[in-house]
Amino acid sequence: MVAITERQQLAYIAGQAADARLNLELETEGMTLNIGPQHPATHGTLRIVAKLDGEKVIAAEPIMGYMHRGYEKLAEVRTYPQITTLINRIDWLGSFANEVPFILAAERLMEIEAPPRAQWIRTILFELSRIANITLFLGDMGAQLGAVTPVFYAFRDREFVLNQIESATGGRFHPNFDRIGGLKDDLPKGWIAETKLAMARIRDFCDQIDELMFGNEIIGVRTRGVGVIPAEVGLSFGLSGANIRASGVDWDHRRDTPVGLAYDKLDWKVWTHPDGDSFARMWVRLQEVRESTKMVEQLLDGIPAGPIMAKVPRIIKVPEGEAFIVTENPLGEMGYYVVSQGDLMPFRVKIRTASFNNISITPWLLRGVFVPDIITILGSLYFILGDIDV
Amino acid sequence: MTLAIQLSYWQQTVFRSLGIAAAVLLPAGTIVYVYLFKMMSFMQSRLGPMEAGPFGSMQLLAEVGKWLQKEDLIPAKADKRVFMLAPVVVMLSTFLIYTVVPFGPDAWFTNLDTGIFLALALSSVSVIGTLMAGWASANKYSLLGGLRAAGQLIAYELPLVLAVVGVVIQAGTLNLIGIVTAQGDGEIFGFGALGNPYIITQFIGFLIFLIATQAELTQAPFDMPIAESELISGYMTEYSGFRFLLFFIGEFATAGAFAALASVLFLGGWTIPPFIIDPQSNVMNVLGPLVMLAKMMLVLFLIFWFRFTYPRFREDQLQQLAWKYLIPLSLVNIAATAILKVAF
Amino acid sequence: MGIVPGLIKGLGVTLKEAKRTVFPDGMMKPPSPAKGAATVQYPHEKEELAPRSRGVIALKEENCTSCMLCARECPDWCIYIEAHKYLAPPRKAGGKPRQRNELDRFDIDFSLCMYCGICVEVCPFDALFWSPEYEYSEPRIADLLHDKDRLADWMTTVPDFESYEAGSEQKVRKVPR
Repeated sequence: MVAITERQQLAYIAGQAADARLNLELETEGMTLNIGPQHPATHGTLRIVAKLDGEKVIAAEPIMGYMHRGYEKLAEVRTYPQITTLINRIDWLGSFANEVPFILAAERLMEIEAPPRAQWIRTILFELSRIANITLFLGDMGAQLGAVTPVFYAFRDREFVLNQIESATGGRFHPNFDRIGGLKDDLPKGWIAETKLAMARIRDFCDQIDELMFGNEIIGVRTRGVGVIPAEVGLSFGLSGANIRASGVDWDHRRDTPVGLAYDKLDWKVWTHPDGDSFARMWVRLQEVRESTKMVEQLLDGIPAGPIMAKVPRIIKVPEGEAFIVTENPLGEMGYYVVSQGDLMPFRVKIRTASFNNISITPWLLRGVFVPDIITILGSLYFILGDIDV
Repeated sequence: MTLAIQLSYWQQTVFRSLGIAAAVLLPAGTIVYVYLFKMMSFMQSRLGPMEAGPFGSMQLLAEVGKWLQKEDLIPAKADKRVFMLAPVVVMLSTFLIYTVVPFGPDAWFTNLDTGIFLALALSSVSVIGTLMAGWASANKYSLLGGLRAAGQLIAYELPLVLAVVGVVIQAGTLNLIGIVTAQGDGEIFGFGALGNPYIITQFIGFLIFLIATQAELTQAPFDMPIAESELISGYMTEYSGFRFLLFFIGEFATAGAFAALASVLFLGGWTIPPFIIDPQSNVMNVLGPLVMLAKMMLVLFLIFWFRFTYPRFREDQLQQLAWKYLIPLSLVNIAATAILKVAF
Repeated sequence: MGIVPGLIKGLGVTLKEAKRTVFPDGMMKPPSPAKGAATVQYPHEKEELAPRSRGVIALKEENCTSCMLCARECPDWCIYIEAHKYLAPPRKAGGKPRQRNELDRFDIDFSLCMYCGICVEVCPFDALFWSPEYEYSEPRIADLLHDKDRLADWMTTVPDFESYEAGSEQKVRKVPR
């Protein structure tokens, strides 16, 4: 038996009322279209209930939770190394990025600082996971819009980054490499030179996608002016990452929130775009990938020598306290609020994910757009279902 | 057909039917292999099917076998008769278009004086098939796809027809065989060695014809009706097994049909420049089909190249392109052709 | 933007890519798409994996003292260990008999394993190692439970530990053969 929650009841009543209103005004029946949860365009098991009038959307509501895996509850009964393994799978495309804020929060509670070499290599892997994530976005955006080729270029060139992550950590998608106090192991010989080659390859890919997609007039016509998010609206919904930077807001935690990564030692810039439409979001992400490759090369040149792990007890018991660390993940702003009671396992971990807030803007944004634009807008907002449902 | 033996009418009909089946299915199979399996793969840095047969040449047979052995699903709420008839209607129009295309000086199926008119009229019949499929599937996505298809296909019929009018004016006949001979016998400013393929004078018409063909075939950038990332398969979503195979082969056979029309109208059909072989000799009956195939593959290369590179237009943008840009352009083309034809 | 419209440039990109796949050595040599393609024709060709790649776990039984740390720390509880105590003869004549653990059963259930590596990392006696082997899929899920002997067989596929980049203070460990 499936119980209907009060929220669903209210939504049903609201839908009926909208239908009735529509019947009175236009004497035509609106069509309710269920996009998802199994659908090629929704990046996973997202369901959007859209009320259509012909091809125009009157109202749309995202229904999340089809992929809820209970991370926060699981974290209450797992030790810190085990949690590190599990949280790899929240945003499965930029997987190392998920571990970083959690480990930093635990380190803050234990009042341990990772040695500088570990901090630099953490930053390198963080940026590599950003590159892996966003290159897939660039290919996938083409696929949402109907171009079949960019996906293949994205996957082909992303392999180089994944190979580098694999040769350092052992896993392409789930590195499980961050530890409280440092990293699990050091870099193997030859890694720095190979990673520089991979970065050159990614830059070639960015140029190829620039020519194939960004100069294309059809993409311009499909994405410019579609899904415009004004800056205040974006901020009020809690948008983060490239979505808010594409609306002109200069917001980047890498520069503004010092947490123990090596960003302050690099020469880099934050990319913003004034328009706030889908094209702007795509464009900002492309520039971010290019910027990340340059950052990785700077980092590779300057890794300090030293130990990879601070002195940490064998059995990790984190002292009492609370810590909230937020970082600029590939999808946006990700934060972990860790509450510890002096145990092997945390008392409570609250995970603030970027995509949950990013998708909360869809009811506001999808009013009055055409059905194909739903796909463009969802694609340009770029969420991962594991990130929404945690 | 000048053969040594005399065939009665029913024997000729059997011969013609087999010929049509070959003319439709062989190019469709070649197109699927060369373009869909291999060219698309090479453009995407991969090899495509390699296991079935040498270099994956038997992949289409494997796919046909796979589709044939699938369960024949019909949605419970679907309109059964319409559902089952829809792919047949689409295939029907494709097969019938091939009947008017000449493959050689004597290798043709019918010699109609209104050949091109019939071909264009038949291409409209497939619109009905698409609508039937979209409606009968009892699926909101298919309905959306079917409606989009109806709007798009009807909108792009006009540029298609108008682009052909320029050729007809220049050739002076609606008969496709007459158009081919006019191109073969024609001269470019008195230089007769190459014939007069109408692509040179009707370049704008050729471009409009290509774009309109792309839209008639619902290929990217005009594949809103199929729009894989939104509607999964549009009007074809609920079809499986043999019915889907009909749609699939129909899609590529129609591509071949339009390419055949394009090569007949613009590239000179089965003629090759007269200084190589005399166009009226009997050898052309055997060589003609091969030449036609080569020219079809050339046109199809362009069509599929666009398909694999471009994303898709939105429905209202498609319609704007057709009504606001292509139709006025083709009208200008007709006017220019008519004036120049009378002047020269 | 330039003079060439973006549509034509896009066509150029796909054509160039097709040319690069079919003629990887330039137009003068015969076409060899098998070399130019970015894909690996598995199972005819296989990719080289990094030595640290987490493919399968190997067990060095002599080093295992059944301390149960790996079974405890596994997030999925997929390691099953049973052991019994026995008295080994004293090292020197006239000494006390030593109490040792003997492994009866050491199974790893790879249908549950997350390939996280906590067990390998946590083992204090260097008894577990990673190997990049990945071709052990079975038609029956029950066969994915690798017992002691099968885990010991995987030891032959364990690569040596690599040396580190310059500036590292880590010592390269040795794999006991």
